[in-house]
Amino acid sequence: MADTMAAPAKVAITLTVNGEQRTGQVEPRTLLVHFLREGLGLTGAHVGCDTSQCGSCVVELNGASVKSCTVLAVQADGAEVLTIEGLGRDGAYHPIQEGFWEKHGLQCGYCTPGMIMSAYGLLKRNPDPSEDEIRHALDGNLCRCTGYQNIVRSIQYAAQLMKDGPTAPVATSAD
Amino acid sequence: MFPNQFAYHRPSTLEEAVGLLAADPDAKVLAGGHSLLPAMKLRLAAPGALVDLASIEGLRGISADGAVTIGAMTTYNQLVDSDELRARLPVVAEVAAGVGDPQVRSLGTLGGSLAHNDPAADFTALMLALGADVTAVGSQGERTIPADEFFLDILTTALGPDEILTAVRIPVPAGRVGMAYQKHEHPASGYAVVGIAAVLALGDDGTCRSARVAVTGCAPTATRAAAAEAALVGQALTPETIAAAAQAAPGGLEITGDLYASAEYRSHLVTVVGRRVLEQAAARARG
Amino acid sequence: MSATLDAAAPVKLVGQPLKRREDPRLITGAGAFLDDVRLPGLCHLGVVRSPYGHARILGIDTTRAAAMPGVLGVFTGDDFLDLNPLPCAWQAGKVQNNVNTPRVLAVGEVHHVGDPVAVVVAETPSQAVDAAEAIDVEYEELPVVVDARRATEPGAPQLHENAPNNVVLRWSCGKEAAEVDAALAAAEVRIDQPIVNQRLLPTPMDTRGSIGRYDPGTGEYTLWATSQAPHVMRLLIAAFVMGVPEQNIRVIAPDVGGGFGQKIFLYFDMPLVLALSKKLGGRPVKFYEDRSENYLSATHGRDHLTDVAIGATRDGQITALKVDTHANLGGYLSTIAPGIPTTLYARMIAGCYKIPNIRVDVTGVYTNTAMVDAYRGAGRPEAAFVIERVCDLVADATGLDPAEVRRRNFIQPSDFPYDTGIGMLPYDSGNYEPTLDRALELVGYDDLKAEQAARRARGDRKLLGIGLSSYVEVCGVAPSKWIGLPGEGWGAGLWESANVKVHLTGKVVVTTGTLPHGQGHETTFAQLVADELGVPYDDIQVRHSDTLGTPFGFGSYGSRSLSVGGTAIYKSVAKVREKAKRLAAHMLEAAPEDIVWEDGKAHVRGAPASLKTLGEIALQASVAYDLPEGMEPYLDETTYYDPPNCTFPFGTHVCVVEIDRETGAVEPVRYVAVDDVGNVVNPLIVDGQIHGGIAQGLAQALYEAAVYSDDGELVTGTLNDYAIPKASMVPTYELDRTVTPSPTNPMGVKGAGEAGTIASTPAVANAVIDAVSHLGVRHLDMPLTPERVWRAMRDAERSDPGVAAAAD
Repeated sequence: MADTMAAPAKVAITLTVNGEQRTGQVEPRTLLVHFLREGLGLTGAHVGCDTSQCGSCVVELNGASVKSCTVLAVQADGAEVLTIEGLGRDGAYHPIQEGFWEKHGLQCGYCTPGMIMSAYGLLKRNPDPSEDEIRHALDGNLCRCTGYQNIVRSIQYAAQLMKDGPTAPVATSAD
Repeated sequence: MFPNQFAYHRPSTLEEAVGLLAADPDAKVLAGGHSLLPAMKLRLAAPGALVDLASIEGLRGISADGAVTIGAMTTYNQLVDSDELRARLPVVAEVAAGVGDPQVRSLGTLGGSLAHNDPAADFTALMLALGADVTAVGSQGERTIPADEFFLDILTTALGPDEILTAVRIPVPAGRVGMAYQKHEHPASGYAVVGIAAVLALGDDGTCRSARVAVTGCAPTATRAAAAEAALVGQALTPETIAAAAQAAPGGLEITGDLYASAEYRSHLVTVVGRRVLEQAAARARG
Repeated sequence: MSATLDAAAPVKLVGQPLKRREDPRLITGAGAFLDDVRLPGLCHLGVVRSPYGHARILGIDTTRAAAMPGVLGVFTGDDFLDLNPLPCAWQAGKVQNNVNTPRVLAVGEVHHVGDPVAVVVAETPSQAVDAAEAIDVEYEELPVVVDARRATEPGAPQLHENAPNNVVLRWSCGKEAAEVDAALAAAEVRIDQPIVNQRLLPTPMDTRGSIGRYDPGTGEYTLWATSQAPHVMRLLIAAFVMGVPEQNIRVIAPDVGGGFGQKIFLYFDMPLVLALSKKLGGRPVKFYEDRSENYLSATHGRDHLTDVAIGATRDGQITALKVDTHANLGGYLSTIAPGIPTTLYARMIAGCYKIPNIRVDVTGVYTNTAMVDAYRGAGRPEAAFVIERVCDLVADATGLDPAEVRRRNFIQPSDFPYDTGIGMLPYDSGNYEPTLDRALELVGYDDLKAEQAARRARGDRKLLGIGLSSYVEVCGVAPSKWIGLPGEGWGAGLWESANVKVHLTGKVVVTTGTLPHGQGHETTFAQLVADELGVPYDDIQVRHSDTLGTPFGFGSYGSRSLSVGGTAIYKSVAKVREKAKRLAAHMLEAAPEDIVWEDGKAHVRGAPASLKTLGEIALQASVAYDLPEGMEPYLDETTYYDPPNCTFPFGTHVCVVEIDRETGAVEPVRYVAVDDVGNVVNPLIVDGQIHGGIAQGLAQALYEAAVYSDDGELVTGTLNDYAIPKASMVPTYELDRTVTPSPTNPMGVKGAGEAGTIASTPAVANAVIDAVSHLGVRHLDMPLTPERVWRAMRDAERSDPGVAAAAD
C-alpha cells in the first residue's frame, strides 16, 4: 500500500531539453510530462487523459515521437527531448506551426502542442504523406474542437512548405 | 494519473535484472511501459519496484539465420522499419504498423506485449500463428517456450516470477506460404475486438499442407482456432473451403462479450474476419 | 481586378477569413490553461469519491490520511455545513421543481458514483492523491436506479425525500393533449416510435479545475476556473453558496481548453477551493480533474427517453406530433439542468416545419448517475433528432422521398417571423428550401440514390445510405423578460455588456462579458470594431474572462457571443462614434449634424479635407482642454444589450455512409453541410465551428455512449472505453452557406457554435437507417455501432427472408 511504503529516495536525472542540459531530482514515479511541466516550467505539453490516449503531451524523446505521460522521468535520464517550446528556431515558427495558424488547425489550443509534435514525428518519417496517412498518424491525438479537417490541411500545408523550403527545418532541428 | 510510489532499478546486465526480480516478488519488469504505466497511472497496478530493461545490451534488434530472432526490447517501429522483416516475414512489420498509435509504436516493445499478454493484443495471435518460440532467462537459466505453451490466461504467461522474456524466435517457413493478420478495432482503445492471424502453407499439389490460425480479442487469451485449422488442412483453398473453415473458426473458442461487442457478435466477427484473413493468406500463399 | 481600385477601396475586415490572433501563443506552448497557472505556495486537492451509486455515509476515518507526507489538511462535508448547497439557477418556468443540488462535499448520502465525499489538501498533487486513497469511508449501500423511466415507476429506489417517484418536474407545451390526440386519430397516416437520445460525455480536452486564493489582508478571494461564465460563477458563489459580498470575489477564466457547455456550471470545487484557502491562511489551493474524474462527476449531456406519435396525410403533410420525454437529470440538479429539456428542447420540437397540432410532455427525473446539463446544442440536438427522424418516418410510411417530405412541410419565407405555437419566440428569419436544394446538388443526391439502388440490386457488400437533416435552432437566447423568472424560469437576465475605450494614443480596448474557449472572440470582435470604428485592426485589443475590469457578463454558451455580446460591442462603438462626431464638430467648428464619419475620420459634409482623425479626437477627449459644453472627457462607452428576440440559424446537412453488410461497420464517406448563420464576420472561424460541431454530432450517431451498469457504475469511464472520434473516424466536410440576415440585431448575425452538432446527428443516423431501410428497418437507436447495425440487418432478414432475398 502506498501509505505504508516509505517514499523511495529521489533520483538525480540529467537530460537535454530543447538543446539545453537540464537536471532535476525526481521520484521514480514522476512522469516525464510532470517533470517537464513542474520541474522545468515547460507547460506546453498538456495532460488531457489518464489512459495514454489523448496525445496532448506528445514530445520527441531521442528523436522518437512519444507520449510524455507514458514515460517515467527516470527513463529519460540522459536523453534528448524536444518539446513544442523548442520547435521554432530563432524566433521563427516551424512550418508546422505556420500551417496550424494558416489553416485554422486549432480552436481551444489545448491539444495543439501535442498535435504539432505528432505532425513533426510524422513528417520526419514520411515527408509526403497522403491525407489517409495523416489521419492515421493522428491516431494517438484527440481533438474535440476542430473535427480534424483543418488539422489535416495544416499538416498538408506544412509538408508542402517543408518540401519547398530552402532548407528542411526538420532535418536541422534538435533531434 | 499519479502512480503509487515504487523503487526504480535500471540494471545493465540480465543477471542483475533476474537477481532483482528474484529478490523482490513485488517487482515488475519495465520494457516499453505502454501497458504497465497506464495501469499504474490508474492505480490498477502498484508494483513495489520496476526493473527497467533499457540499459541491458543485446535485448534489441533483429537477426536472421534459418529463423528470425527479435530481441524483446525491439520496438514496434523498429519492426516496421526492418528490411530483414520486410524481406523474410513482412507480416510482422505489417502488424507492427497497425499496433496502437505512432507514439505507442515508438516505445512499445514486442517482448513487453507478449509478456503482458493482453487479451486483445495483436502480436500474441500472430506469434501463435507463426509458431514462434519465446526465450526466457531466469535464475534457473535460459529456456525456450513454444508460443503454444506461453499464453496461459488473461494477463498470464508461462514466465516464472523471476524470468525475463529476452527474445522471440520465428521460423521462416520455406515454400508457398501465406501469412496475414486482420482485425476489427475498438473505436476508442484501438485494440482488437477480434483479430485473427493466419499462416497457410500449400503443398506441391496446391492443397493446404498446414494451417495455423490464431484469434485474439475475444477470449481471456489469444488462442489457436483449431477447428478452422482442421477444416483447412488437406483442402484445396477455394472460396468454399475457406468459408467453411471460417464458419468453423469459433468452435472451441471461449468467446466472451463486453459492452462494445457481445459474445454472439464477436463469434460472428470471427467468421467474417476469419474468412477475409484466410482469403488474404491463401492469395499470398499462391503468390 | 485593378490594383489601384483595390488600394482605393477601404478594406472591410468583416467577412474576411483572418488568421486568429489567439494562435501564436497556442502554437508555441505559451498558452496559459488552468493547469499552467503558477502561483507561489500552491497546494493541491485530492478528492475521495463515492464508489457506490447510492449509499449512506456511516463514517469517515481521516486519521491515516492526515499523517501522510505533505498533507496540510483533510476535510469532509461536515467541515462545510456553513456553505449552502449549490444553487439551481434555471428551474423550469411555471411548474413545481423539486430541487436537490449538491453540497461542496456530500453530507449523509451519496447519489452517484464519483460523488465527492472528502478532500485532502497536500503540497503536491501526487501526495494529495496518495492521502485521499488512505481515507476510509464506511458506507451502507442503498438500492440504485439509473434509467429515467424506471426511476419514476412504483417501487423504484428513491433518491430525495422532496421528489416523490424521483420526479424533478413535469412540464408541457403546445396544445391540450386531447386536441392532439384527436388530430392523431383523424390522421391518414399514424406512426408511433420510441426514440432514445443516449447519454454523452462532453469531453473537453482540458478537464475542469479551479484554483482558489484568499487574501487574509483584504478579505478578498480570487478564483481561477475553467469557466464559460466567470461573472455568473462569482454571483452564485458569493450570493448563494458562501454568503460573502460579491465584490470580494474575483473570478478569472484562464485559457480554457474547450467547454461545450460543461464549463458553464457551478461545481463543488469552486467554492471549496476558496473556503479551503481561507482555512489554510491564504495558501492557494488547486483542483484539476483527471479524465476519470471528469467523466465521473462533471456534467453529462442528452439522455432522453422519448415516445413519439405522428399523424400525417398520405401526401406527407405532418398534421400532429405528440412527444413524451423522460429527461434523465442525474443524482442532483446541475446549475441550469431543468431549462434544457423544457425551453431549449420541447419548444424547438417543430423544427423547420409547420405542424398544426403539437404537444410535448417532459418529465425531469433523478437517477443515480452524474448530473446532466447543457452539452453543445443543449436541447436542440435532442429536438432536431426527434423531428428529423419524424420526417424520415413519414417518408417511409408515405413512400415519398425524405427530401420531398421536408419540402412539403417547410415554413415558407413569407411566413417569417413565424410562431410555431409551442411557446418559443417567433423564428426571426429563414429560407429553408435553398439550403436543401444546395445540399442535394452538392452531394449529387439523384446519382447517389441511383447508386444505392444499383448496389442493392447487385447485392454489393457495401450498402450505401444517404441521410438528410434540415434543422433550425435557437441562439442568443433573450430577451431577459422572456427567458427569465417571469417567463421561462432562468434565474437572471441574458443580456450582455461591452465597453469600448479609445485611449489617448488612439488605441482601442474592448471588454466583453462573453469569452472564448476556442471560438476566437479576440479576432472576430477586433474585425468588427476595426470596421465600425475605422481603426487599424492591430490597434484594437479585446479583453475578457476576468470579472475585474469587465462589466458584468453572462458568458459564452448557446451560440450567443456574437449575436448578443457582439451587438453590445457594436452599440458601444456606435456610441463612441457619436461622441467622437460631436467632439469633432466642436473641433472643426461645425454643426454635429454636418459631420460625416468615414474610415476612422470625421469630416464636414461636402468638405472632406476638413477632418479630424479618431486619434486626434481621442487625444482631445483625453486631455479635455477644449470640450463642448457639458461633455465628459474620454471616449469610453458601455452598453448593456438585451436583444428583443433570439436568433434562429438553420440549414441542411447530408451524410453518405457505407455499411459493411457482413460486419455492420459504418463508414461515413461524404458529408455536405449548407448552413445559414446569418451574416458572417470571419468565415475561417465559422467553418471551423461547423467542422467541429459536425464531428461531435456525428460521433453521437456512430460512436459515443455513456453507459451505466444497473448498479450505478459508469462503464465507459475512460477514453479507452468512451470513443470520441479520431482523425481517421470522420470524413471530409464539404461546406457551403446561404445568408439570410437576422433582423434581430443590427449586424444580422445569428450564431454558429452549435449548428453543426445539432444538424449532424440526425443526418448521420438517417443515413445509416436509409442504408438498411430496404430490409425493413425503420428506426435504430444510437450509437450505430457495428453490432447494432449487424443485428438490425440480421433481425430484419430473419423476420422477412423474402425482403432480404429480394434485396440481395
